[in-house]
Amino acid sequence: MAVLTMRDALNLALKEELARDSSVFLMGEEVAEYQGAYKVTRGLLEEFGPKRVIDTPITELGFAGLGVGAAMAGLRPIVEFMTFNFSILATDQIINSAAKMLYMSGGQFKIPIVFRGPSGSAYQVSSQHSQALESWYAYFPGLKVVMPSTPADAKGLLKSAIRDDDPVIFMEQERMYGMKGEVPEDEELTIPLGVAEVKREGKDATIVARSLMVPTALKAAEELEKQGILCEVIDPRTIRPLDIDTIVESVKKTNRLVVAEESHAFCGVAAEISAEINERAFDYLDAPVKRVSGVDVPMPYAKNLEQLAIPDVERIIAAVREVSYS
Amino acid sequence: MSSQPTEQRNRSNSSAAGVLDPPEKRDSSPSQSKELTEDRETLVKIFRQMLLIRRFEEKCAESYSLGKIGGFCHLYIGQEAVGVGSISALREDDYVLTSYREHGQAIAKGITPDAIMAELYGKATGCSRGKGGSMHLFDKDVNFLGGHAIVGGQIPLATGVAFASKYKETDQVTLCFFGEAAVNQGAFHESLNMAQLWKLPCIYICENNMYGMGTSLARAMSFSDVAQKACAYEIASEFVDGMDVLAMRHATERAVKRAREESLPTLLEARTYRYMGHSMSDPGKYRTRAEIEKYQERDPIKMFANKLKEQNVITDADIAGLEKEIKEEVEHAARFADASPLPDPSELYTNVYANPLN
Repeated sequence: MAVLTMRDALNLALKEELARDSSVFLMGEEVAEYQGAYKVTRGLLEEFGPKRVIDTPITELGFAGLGVGAAMAGLRPIVEFMTFNFSILATDQIINSAAKMLYMSGGQFKIPIVFRGPSGSAYQVSSQHSQALESWYAYFPGLKVVMPSTPADAKGLLKSAIRDDDPVIFMEQERMYGMKGEVPEDEELTIPLGVAEVKREGKDATIVARSLMVPTALKAAEELEKQGILCEVIDPRTIRPLDIDTIVESVKKTNRLVVAEESHAFCGVAAEISAEINERAFDYLDAPVKRVSGVDVPMPYAKNLEQLAIPDVERIIAAVREVSYS
Repeated sequence: MSSQPTEQRNRSNSSAAGVLDPPEKRDSSPSQSKELTEDRETLVKIFRQMLLIRRFEEKCAESYSLGKIGGFCHLYIGQEAVGVGSISALREDDYVLTSYREHGQAIAKGITPDAIMAELYGKATGCSRGKGGSMHLFDKDVNFLGGHAIVGGQIPLATGVAFASKYKETDQVTLCFFGEAAVNQGAFHESLNMAQLWKLPCIYICENNMYGMGTSLARAMSFSDVAQKACAYEIASEFVDGMDVLAMRHATERAVKRAREESLPTLLEARTYRYMGHSMSDPGKYRTRAEIEKYQERDPIKMFANKLKEQNVITDADIAGLEKEIKEEVEHAARFADASPLPDPSELYTNVYANPLN
């Protein structure tokens, strides 16, 4: 096991997959000569050359569509968005082309493409640069949506995403690039998409968290243990397809569910999980499912306001205590 | 023919043999064909294909009014020379991507009328297994990469297909069709910029039929010389008489040579006209009967028939024979579509993912 940052784990996954398959190429703004806006693509230009590591103009709709077209013709593009906020310009090609091509061609054209980049809140970058867009992309059949929470997961899941034959939205968290963790060194080790992981076992309440909310939920669970509440923390890792079975099994055991997320509550992933639990495990619930979501406002700039907008350890603890009636 | 766009322009303000509307002034006059250089077999094949498309589309209109075709249905009548002429300049393994007005181009690229009509009827035997419909015809076997129904959406896709050919070092060329209304979309400009920046073998064919649905070119485009917009990206371009099938073929041949040998893109602007509404549900109140009739005087099929007759390539009897054959071919397609089964209900859930995971 090597200890790597999330950034370096992602870099290693890209490097290994570029080396493994010559049909894989990487494109995006500043990915090559600049070495990546967040240095996730550091060294790749030098190792693989400008044919396979390509700086694009700032033209998100154009290069996203170009990637989908290249995938139709047999390549396996990795398209980096400098942040997923900029993917909003490319949604026509992601949703209307990538997500639907296989279906509307009657199964003739698969689209093995990865759209990846940082997502969610960062450090005081304000409203247009701090959005968690997973519920948008998870809405569309045809797309897969992945959100890792550890360096090991990031590496294994990104490798699976690149090898997958469907379009995958791979959302990294801007605040987590420097986070360190143990990463297995086996180049063939991948983590399957669509499989949740129980990050901490517990019997009293279930917390479902993804991305940045996983370490936050684990801290909350530590505090709650001191108060005598043993929490199970589940990271779905893949938002679509969602491993709801693992969550249902946990709820059957704990009878209480809190879902923590950075994104807005309205029409969000936590709302979906809550609805699924309502349909599949209603009789097992001892309390209503509680959502802890990003506040329903555009992200403010001021540091104190920004902190108030994102769920923190205290809000998760309060939610767990609420569903535990303690 | 030079590859430099500025050298390609004939400076003239003529309305070039009736292609332009009288008040319209252009820096360039459209390319038109001169003598016939093709062999008889090629010429007859081109003529037959245009006629087949015309009759196929007429049958579609009939089937639509009978309720056998659903949804939106955009017919190609009047524009046959653009698709047939340009696709005739391709090699079989070259790619075509286009918009939702694509029945004609699909036939020209080699999808059978049976498979297209069955798709329009929403049948399992359709070229997209009944899941795409009129706007989403696909056939991997003939490298027809779709009908795309968001205006301009196919332009970045085609650019990516051309990128893949260059990446894989094949010498395949990609042809991308779109209407002039798509030129106002960002996708057009983003794509042309990347195509020239990265020297991609993509040929962009703007079918300028002068209406984006019901909005005329004059009401939608501040500078309406589409071919000249290529100058902004230093891309070679040509303004072509889109009612002249051989002019389309020859202009595309020049572009194909540039793409295949030099890996460079080209923008062709084909001036054409659609006789029918934007779709079957369009009553067409935004233009006059007289305007439509004026363009029908330069009907691409009639003009080509006259040319072939003048040059003793075919006779009226030959044409009558072709009409008979084609009528049977189109009726066969309709009968095939009628008799074909609907997709199995289980097909609802297939092809959402190549690798469904659960």
